[in-house]
Amino acid sequence: MMNALALRWAFRTMAAAMLSANAGALAMPPAPTNVVATDRPGDGGGAVMLQWTAPAPSEVKEARIERSATAAELKASAPNSAAWISVASAPTLAGEGLGFEITDLPPSAANKSSTDQLVFRVAFLGTDGEMSAFTDSNTVVGVANIFLAKKLGLAVSLVLVCGSVILWILLARAGRSVKIRRIAALDAVDEAIGRATEMGRPVLFVPGIQDMTDIQTVAGVTILGRVAKTAAEYDATLEVPTCRSIVMSACRDTVQAAHFGAGRPETYREANINYITDEQFGYVAYVAGRMVREKPAACFYMGAFYAESLVLAENGNAVGAIQIAGTAEPSQLPFFVAACDYTLIGEEFLAASAYLSGERDQLGSIKGQDLGKLIAVMVILVGCVLATVAAFAPEGASARASAAFQNFLGG
Amino acid sequence: MLRRTIPMLILAASGILLVVAYFSPFTTSWSETVLGWFNVLAAVAFVLGAGNLLAVNLELVSARRAGWAYALITLLSFAAMFVFGLFKIGVVPNPDHPNVYFAGDYESSQSAFGWVYEYIFSPLTSTMFALLAFYVASAAFRAFRAKNIEAILLLSTAFIVLIAQTAGGMFLTGWIPEDSMFAFLRFDWMKVGITEYIQTAGMRAITIGIALGIAATSLRLILGLDKSYLSKN
Repeated sequence: MMNALALRWAFRTMAAAMLSANAGALAMPPAPTNVVATDRPGDGGGAVMLQWTAPAPSEVKEARIERSATAAELKASAPNSAAWISVASAPTLAGEGLGFEITDLPPSAANKSSTDQLVFRVAFLGTDGEMSAFTDSNTVVGVANIFLAKKLGLAVSLVLVCGSVILWILLARAGRSVKIRRIAALDAVDEAIGRATEMGRPVLFVPGIQDMTDIQTVAGVTILGRVAKTAAEYDATLEVPTCRSIVMSACRDTVQAAHFGAGRPETYREANINYITDEQFGYVAYVAGRMVREKPAACFYMGAFYAESLVLAENGNAVGAIQIAGTAEPSQLPFFVAACDYTLIGEEFLAASAYLSGERDQLGSIKGQDLGKLIAVMVILVGCVLATVAAFAPEGASARASAAFQNFLGG
Repeated sequence: MLRRTIPMLILAASGILLVVAYFSPFTTSWSETVLGWFNVLAAVAFVLGAGNLLAVNLELVSARRAGWAYALITLLSFAAMFVFGLFKIGVVPNPDHPNVYFAGDYESSQSAFGWVYEYIFSPLTSTMFALLAFYVASAAFRAFRAKNIEAILLLSTAFIVLIAQTAGGMFLTGWIPEDSMFAFLRFDWMKVGITEYIQTAGMRAITIGIALGIAATSLRLILGLDKSYLSKN
């Protein structure tokens, strides 16, 4: 009798233990708490930050995020479709600190003037695949801010660079000495035009193949003004084939102004400034053919160039012209360096107009540009030091500082 | 006076406005709107350009100046493409509107316009582009003459990059194990070192200079310091 009772007790104990163990294995992960949705500050209204309190990472695998469907989505979808839309899966700890950024908002809510109210809900996925209950957030509206915070770094850089340029213009006006190093390519402009005059051959000026919307074309046209003035003074023939109608019009105005400036308005020939074609290689064929036939003594290539740069420069070289090129297209610079006598590299090209003018204001702006360069060098040095230290201590404060610095600069 | 002052004011106002507009989500798209205006202006100016093209070439033909035959070909081509495009000669009817002749796509290769573009213009363009190979060879021949230390450095660098691009690079140095201390002598490794570190650093320096130059040039134009692009009468 005692044995039977003991056996029954032992059986009950074992069964209870097994049930409790089973119940432990199927336990749901804890539901998220403190789920708070806030509009992301400093954006265009298309992002929301979602925060939640996470349990220990060993208890849950990841967070599942859903949002309420907007009225427009419910109207467009089939009847009885879900009122909640899956948005993202995130690491459990992503809701800590600043929170998890959700940028995948519906178009009606991401609109800058939207008043669509959204509710988010978060659930945790346990390590065994069980999902916790969802916890709803407060309602949130994506509000567009007046200033885009991600462009703050650029705005600060712009203020610094423009500020330094304006500062140096004012200093130059006040009489501060402005010394600019000699640029051989620009000093050779007079020599090239003089040679063309002596040889009785034309001067060819190519203002690139882009429209006036490209700053390089604008820079090229301003240099054309100086070249045209010298050509007018020397009574040399200046030819300007253009690739865009508006560029032709701008070049005509510029050359005419240069002839007036030189006191030789009667020598201005509108017919020497022509529109050829918008097509890149059609234009190249015309200019190269003209070079071979007329053999200009001086060729200027100032503007935006692409594959045609070498075709033009090699043809100019073949006819024995003095060639001066300037472009801000880094990929074309080697071709011009190889085939031309002088090349204005990038910023030299953009500073050429100011350099040639010799005006104190404009020379001051070049000095200001140099100050901007100094600031850029300092930013690069700080970035290099931070990134190097962060590489050795990826979890430390330097890593956070490096990330913040990169983020500030738009990286 | 007004011909210079008004354009300068327009340039300054639009320049400042568009720079400021870039930083706000409400105004970021203004630059696209302005670009749309520019395209309208460019379309009108295109008439000016086409008029100039006709005038120059007609004058060449009528005066029988040197190269007048080329001018004649230009004029005939211009007229032909104008007629093909404007009257949509040979276009395939649009399936949505089969009875409306002008609904067809003038750029399809079945149309006269598309055919000329596809089978005459494109090959001519490709031919011009192909000439580049010869120009690269002649320019490289001049640039890589070992006249001084800089030219020798340039020549050596070009040699390494060039040979690493070919099977010759692997043939000559491919036997050096990648995990050995002499791996840096492999041409493919040297090429990566040159293009990804030295060249990239140089290019970035130039690009930063260009960016600063663009800012300074724009500022000179916006502030009205550089007026050389404006007509004087």
